[in-house]
Amino acid sequence: MIYLIFAYFCASMIGITLMALTRKNPVHSVLWLLLLFLHIAVLYLFLNAEFLAVVQVIVYAGAILVMFLFTVFLLGAKELPKGKRYTDLPEGKALIGLSLTGVFIGAFSSITTAWKGKYTIEYIEKIGNTKALGVMLFNEYPLAVFLLGIILLIPMIAVAVIAWRAK
Amino acid sequence: MIELIIILIKTSIVFAVVLAHVAYTTYAERKIIGRAQARMGPMEVGPYGLLQPIADFIKIFFKEDIVPMNAEKVLFQIAPLIVLVFTMINLTVIPFDRNFILADLNIGLLFILASASVAVYGIILAGWSSNSRYSFLGGLRSASQVLSYEIALGLSLAGVVLSAGSLNLREIVIAQHNTVFGVYAIPQIIGFIVFVISAFAETNRAPFDLPEAETELVAGYLTEYSAFRYALFFLAEYVAMYIMAFLCALCFLGGWTIPKFIIDILPFLEKVPGILWFAIKVYAFIFLYIWVRATLPRYRFDQLLNIGWKVLIPAGIVNLLIVAFIKRLGL
Amino acid sequence: MIPLEWYLALAGLIFGMGALSILINRNLIIVLISLEVMLAGVNLALVALSHYMNDIRGQVLALFSIAVAAGSVAVGLSLLIANFNLRKSIDIEDLRELREEQGND
Repeated sequence: MIYLIFAYFCASMIGITLMALTRKNPVHSVLWLLLLFLHIAVLYLFLNAEFLAVVQVIVYAGAILVMFLFTVFLLGAKELPKGKRYTDLPEGKALIGLSLTGVFIGAFSSITTAWKGKYTIEYIEKIGNTKALGVMLFNEYPLAVFLLGIILLIPMIAVAVIAWRAK
Repeated sequence: MIELIIILIKTSIVFAVVLAHVAYTTYAERKIIGRAQARMGPMEVGPYGLLQPIADFIKIFFKEDIVPMNAEKVLFQIAPLIVLVFTMINLTVIPFDRNFILADLNIGLLFILASASVAVYGIILAGWSSNSRYSFLGGLRSASQVLSYEIALGLSLAGVVLSAGSLNLREIVIAQHNTVFGVYAIPQIIGFIVFVISAFAETNRAPFDLPEAETELVAGYLTEYSAFRYALFFLAEYVAMYIMAFLCALCFLGGWTIPKFIIDILPFLEKVPGILWFAIKVYAFIFLYIWVRATLPRYRFDQLLNIGWKVLIPAGIVNLLIVAFIKRLGL
Repeated sequence: MIPLEWYLALAGLIFGMGALSILINRNLIIVLISLEVMLAGVNLALVALSHYMNDIRGQVLALFSIAVAAGSVAVGLSLLIANFNLRKSIDIEDLRELREEQGND
């Protein structure tokens, strides 16, 4: 049963990614991407990462893809490039890309897990995924959280500056 | 197998009850607004017009379903379904009583925020796929409004999560019951006000019903919709109102419990079933929705965004800081 | 229990498709979308590894990567709009300002 579900997810996610990357209309692309992210969120649930699954939906669906949609609407569908959809010499680049893909899959598939941590499924279920994540985040990576705040603040200023210049 | 049947029965009870409430909320709304304007409201169908919602539903479901010629057919047809499905799905994580909850998720509160952010796509797509200026402007307005106010809503709920120490709605109510006041609306009064205002904006209701401001945009993203697809949007709007009322009752007003100091004074109130308290709180919030609609004029769009970003979000952050200090000092 | 390798292969395939699309697409919006697809693949690998190694640090990393992605997309899209206002085009082949002058391509 679990294999069937995983097979469905593999097939549909690959299909959805292909659809998202080959649509002519960027709006359709963004919508396929939304479907892909929802599928990934469900896969996260299978991997016992419930908090991350919800964050994935809130951040990607709620913020990032809406920004994409607004941008596409702002540019207007008429202004998109006509004629050729791919760059010059797509074959050469495709070859590079395909070999890269092969390397990645090969490298990813040959990973062996070295040691097991203490966060077993039972342990996480006992204290709760969100709590475990929060304790880890604020106890081991407090500096990274501060940096993340700054990393999010800088784009905010940058976007305002760029929009100001664009006037 | 038996468990599955029980879950199915529970689900259908919840959905049937909520849909019946939605139908009669439209009736209550027309009656209350009528009274506010010194009219009678619907009186023709049945005694006191009580059968009016049923007559309306029969009428709207037998109308012709029109799809505009230049519309994006598929998206136009699924947009109302996206809105309705991702609104109704929230009902599964709402605890109606101590032991009556369809899915007791550990992240119930975040689940509601997540499905709200997906439901926005239905509105954007409805506006875009209609291929009409009014619809498009209405859809974009609605999207930017819902997204802006979701931040304020999330911040006000963050205070609740911080003091309860959980994202599970049932545990939030229990933690709330164990505090001195019994409701979070009193210590977190700023958060409560931010939540109520954002809830009005989040559900596109008056005084923030700009996406469907009929004086400037005909009916916003609904302009090209007719018959049952229009009814689906309508249904989704009212279910969303109820979700917000549930959230308010659960996170700020103590859900199915009443504060302990009231029980100390009037001990017999403990015998009242919890679902009744929950219903009273929800009805009060729905009445507030209707009352505000009958009373307040509509805001301008720039005013709306200014309120959201310059008032509600800073207020939400202040509330979060206050809650953090209270929690740290152990008050 | 699904083997870890399957998750990693799926993540790698999604990442690879995104990378390929970045290399050959001309539409800047699609290029940015491909970037998101690549990030999604990486996050999937991180979470899968976190689950199979019983270590929640992978999820923390994925959380950081999601947050950084939100910031990067905001900057990317605003640059795209600024570029569109300047050149009236979102074709990636029009971005040749910094290229060395050459006789033929």
